Amino acid sequence: MNPMLNLWLIPILPLAGAAINGFFGNRSSRRAVTTIALFFSGAAFAMALWVAARFSSLSLPYQEFLAHWIRSGSFTADFAFYLDQLSLVMLLVVTGVGFLIHIYSVGYMWDDPGYYRFFSYLNLFMFFMLTLVLAGNYLLMFIGWEGVGLASYLLIGFWFTKDSAASAGKKAFIVNRIGDFGFLIALFLLIKHFGSLNFEQVFGGVLPLHTEPAGGLLTAIGILLMVGACGKSAQIPLYVWLPDAMEGPTPVSALIHAATMVTAGVYMVSRSHVIFERAPIALTVVAIIGTLTAFFAATIGITQTDIKKVLAYSTVSQLGYMFMACGVGAFSAGIFHLMTHAFFKGLLFLAAGSVIHAVGGEQDMRKMGGLRTKIPWTFWTMTAATLAISGIPGFSGFFSKDEILWRSYQASWAYWLIGVVTALLTSFYMFRLWFMTFFGEYRGEADAHGHGGHTPQDAHATHGHAGIHESPRVMVIPLVILAFLAVFGGYVGVPGSLGGNNRFDKFLGPVFHGSAPANPETTAMGEKGAPEQETEGPEPKRGISTELMFTGISVLAAFTGFGFAWLLYYKRVDLPQKIAASLGGLYRGVAHKYYIDELYAAVFVRPLINGSTRILWQGVDRNIIDAAVNDAGDDAGRVSDEVRQMQSGNIRSYAGWIAAGSALVIAFMIWMGVR
Amino acid sequence: MVPLSYYLLLSGFLFGCGVVGFLIKRNIITIFMSIELMLNGVNLSFVAFAARWHALAGQIFVFFVMVVAAAEAAVGLAIIISVYRTRETLNVDQVNLLKL
Repeated sequence: MNPMLNLWLIPILPLAGAAINGFFGNRSSRRAVTTIALFFSGAAFAMALWVAARFSSLSLPYQEFLAHWIRSGSFTADFAFYLDQLSLVMLLVVTGVGFLIHIYSVGYMWDDPGYYRFFSYLNLFMFFMLTLVLAGNYLLMFIGWEGVGLASYLLIGFWFTKDSAASAGKKAFIVNRIGDFGFLIALFLLIKHFGSLNFEQVFGGVLPLHTEPAGGLLTAIGILLMVGACGKSAQIPLYVWLPDAMEGPTPVSALIHAATMVTAGVYMVSRSHVIFERAPIALTVVAIIGTLTAFFAATIGITQTDIKKVLAYSTVSQLGYMFMACGVGAFSAGIFHLMTHAFFKGLLFLAAGSVIHAVGGEQDMRKMGGLRTKIPWTFWTMTAATLAISGIPGFSGFFSKDEILWRSYQASWAYWLIGVVTALLTSFYMFRLWFMTFFGEYRGEADAHGHGGHTPQDAHATHGHAGIHESPRVMVIPLVILAFLAVFGGYVGVPGSLGGNNRFDKFLGPVFHGSAPANPETTAMGEKGAPEQETEGPEPKRGISTELMFTGISVLAAFTGFGFAWLLYYKRVDLPQKIAASLGGLYRGVAHKYYIDELYAAVFVRPLINGSTRILWQGVDRNIIDAAVNDAGDDAGRVSDEVRQMQSGNIRSYAGWIAAGSALVIAFMIWMGVR
Repeated sequence: MVPLSYYLLLSGFLFGCGVVGFLIKRNIITIFMSIELMLNGVNLSFVAFAARWHALAGQIFVFFVMVVAAAEAAVGLAIIISVYRTRETLNVDQVNLLKL
């Protein structure tokens, strides 16, 4: 029997913070708002740590029932929580990184007039995200899923007076709706065929089922779940909202659009691994989408000049890696990368925020440069994160990315090849960002600081300080902690070939192992989407030297990317221009993000608007619905105009009508009597 | 014995006179008298039926109608006098303050 952990407190704590700050924040001082926001998010983190400390004494999965929610016939959905190794990892990442970003935001948002509103939203986000990862059934998970979307919308459009921010928020929300539609249909299918949405019952119902080599119910559910994940986790074809989401404050980009919310899709797919393992076609779809997204977003990232946009495309690309891992059945590798990515990408965004803060709101890297000595803390922490994401050996990103690449090679060399090329591109654009920001000469206007850069609403634009300056300590400390995690976070999962024993994989093992389909002979369906027991079992002995070779190749790719970036953006800064000019159309295409936004606008948005305008509004609404209502009104008016002549106010005419009416009735009765 | 239809025809004639008088006259008192005429036309049919069917109810109804008519006459004449005092006319077409 498990002890009562009161897991429900973990999400409720930030909700309390959000409510207090939301209702009373505008009347209380900044200090009080800070105290409340940090206390409640910190309390959630402390409680998550407490749960982690007691974790080994629990019999897993630990389930907790709070209250009934929906009971309709045989279907029930409760406020119930579900804790296993997977939820615990997510719980610690969300509360830990979330708490650090809360601290950072105190410094970053201090001068913003919407300070209390910001923290209220941020706490609200924590509540929904924790609901999502702790939920004991798909429906409660969906509540969290939608809730983080809401918080994301509110925070992207935080500076809602800026038109681009408001429309970016709407874009994120609407694009997510498309994914949510798929998610919902998947839930309906689950209800229809398993009669429940509880994880335990659904997975219990799925476990005895056989693999579907040619598709079927589970394949459909898997693909629809993946549609949902594509929306939330910004995968092709629904990734377009994430780069625009950078209109939000930078801590938001770090927390929601890099570290936690966008990884919800990976979490959901991993949570549903029992379903996916039985649907190889769905797994292949996941892997292909992930691989393509990783590569595609990385190429766009190369050409971006806005520091946050580079990181946004990098996030999309790294999420692609995670889906690639899930798609080849290496769920724990995906979650491992999710965790390390939360550390280094959260750090990258926070450091980028610190850079933006330092140069007075400027986000264009072409106007930065030479900041290395001026903001040393930011520089060194950013360096750690850059090394981590680029996969330089010894840093966290190296271990997780290497494991994904190795696992994907076991599924298909194509995944691996694209993965390695993407790793090279990742290293290139990250060091490009690094060189452009911190090396060379400062290219901004010397007196621009403090007069507001491109984002006048940005908090730091109102500082009125002169010169480039390091961020306050409250911002630097989270950077340092995250840098520590970004450097050393990978050591929980050192693979066997490098002398470790992959403790992370073993820790998550109970979640992902032992759930493979019952009929292994039918699971060998080609190289793509190879089932889990082949790839996630104990490391095959023969593979160690091969694995080391592949590790070598990915390290080589990382250093090659670094080399190119060094050459192009440090040594020969004139070269990028020439290369861009010589590539001509290709470069322009990439720089304009392959015109995907324009394509969507032309194919979906504009026809939709035109159709709505011409057919639905002017056709159906105005000519049919409005016309029917107006005509009915007009007719009633006309008839009334005639009929009201009877109501002259003249008693005698009334009496006449009565007399005439009575005469008619009597005549009718006589006639009836005669018959 | 006078057949029932004679009574009914007379009753209908009286009632018709009352209706016509009510509709075409403008003087309030004449209208009032037309109403009385209608009531009495109805009374006549009541007593005729009561006599024909040897049923007492018709006669009792007539008493009720006469009591109500007397009360109505008292109230109605009072109103007519008060109208005449304030408007100095008995023409109903000129007593139209409540009309739009």
